Amino acid sequence: MKDYEVPQEDSVIFKGQKKALYATDAEGNYKIVPSTGWKVEETATLQAVNAIEKQAFQSLERYKAGLTSPLEFYMHKARMDLPTLAQCTGIFQWRIRRHFQPRIFKKLPPKLLKKYADALNTTSEQLLSLPTDD
Amino acid sequence: MTEPKTFTHYYSAHCESGVISSLLRNQGCDLSEPMVFGLSGALSFAYLPCIKVAGMPLIAYRSLPKSIIKNIEKRLHIPIKKEQFKSPLEAQQKLDELLQQGKTVGLQTSVFYLPYFPDEMRFHFNAHNLIAYGKKAEDYLISDPVFENPVAITPHALLKARFAKGPFAPKGFCYYIDAIPKNLNLPEAIQKSIKKTAHMMLKTPVPIAGIRSMGLLAKRLETLSRNPAQQEYTRLFLGHIIRMQEEIGTGGGGFRFIYAAFLKESSTIHPAKDLLEEAASLMTDAGDAWRDFALAAAKASQAEAFNLLTKPPIQLRVAQEKEKRVYTLLQQLTLKPDR
Repeated sequence: MKDYEVPQEDSVIFKGQKKALYATDAEGNYKIVPSTGWKVEETATLQAVNAIEKQAFQSLERYKAGLTSPLEFYMHKARMDLPTLAQCTGIFQWRIRRHFQPRIFKKLPPKLLKKYADALNTTSEQLLSLPTDD
Repeated sequence: MTEPKTFTHYYSAHCESGVISSLLRNQGCDLSEPMVFGLSGALSFAYLPCIKVAGMPLIAYRSLPKSIIKNIEKRLHIPIKKEQFKSPLEAQQKLDELLQQGKTVGLQTSVFYLPYFPDEMRFHFNAHNLIAYGKKAEDYLISDPVFENPVAITPHALLKARFAKGPFAPKGFCYYIDAIPKNLNLPEAIQKSIKKTAHMMLKTPVPIAGIRSMGLLAKRLETLSRNPAQQEYTRLFLGHIIRMQEEIGTGGGGFRFIYAAFLKESSTIHPAKDLLEEAASLMTDAGDAWRDFALAAAKASQAEAFNLLTKPPIQLRVAQEKEKRVYTLLQQLTLKPDR
């Protein structure tokens, strides 16, 4: 990549930050060229973020229908999936899946709830309720 | 206040090689990021369909996290002090102690808990490296090599990031360099590391790593491109590959440009000047081919048209072919002058 080929496409995800890319100057020597973003990368990241947000939205809908516990929503909100949450808490996946049942989640002992809250970077009280809209 | 007077922030493309290079440079050993990256043999390619990362097969353009630290130690015989902790309190005390002594300390952290990262880029990636170089009141002064300027962060946020759980959990991992040996035998280190990288890329017996695994990935993309039922997944998969190649601080083209910079710089140190210069320019071509692949993949993952999905695997094979040429050439590298 030549230095003048380094994309400067103001990626929305960089929030004004610049990312260092290596490119060659006229003599063919490499140097760091800060880039404000590349559309290709931006769309890929947004695609990934959207996919997670879609999952969060779907679990919110399921919660409203009484089909799942808030835990599933907060898991997606924290950009985690089941294996990641299992690794972060040390709780087996099947057990977490069980805690997705509203009836069981409601009766969760405070200690377990705290474990989830720590992993998801939130509080136990927050975990028990959901933001009504948004 | 324990801010050392002399700390210089170095802006880099990749976190781990950037941190090591910055630690060395701040100790008066002028080794650039590409040199650190190349010498530690960090360039790689791996496609492991059976290991899933966030529901997607593992694709890596570099070696495992921490391998740069380990290999630079081995290759250049620079001792690096490393420590892990069970308790966050202990980890913080040790860090404070080291900073008090005026040391600069490399830390492993999770991107997700670093407040200065843009929101969209905060994923659960546990192997992000940064440097703590001092304290201002309570806050830590952080030199994160992938950011243009140093930042300050609260003790709470830093501890959270250092004790994130999950894959590659940092467990408070910290490292620092006490002293640098007087004579670094760079030509020999270059020779050994290049030979090792070329061998690994060409001769890995099973197609999980190296040139052959690029073929395996191309084949997988071809199969997917023939299956309309898998369209949605294929698009996400292509996006995932792009992110591994471009988003994760690779300096562009999945680290290929950093490696080209390493080859170019090596040509001024190693006796085989011509061969290395040629290899650098071939590697630049390979990096450009990877960029083309990303472009084709982005187009295919965006468009409605199903037939565009056949393009990325073709581009991927072009990149594979170009890279193969580099390693074949590099295999002939010897410590004799070539002119």
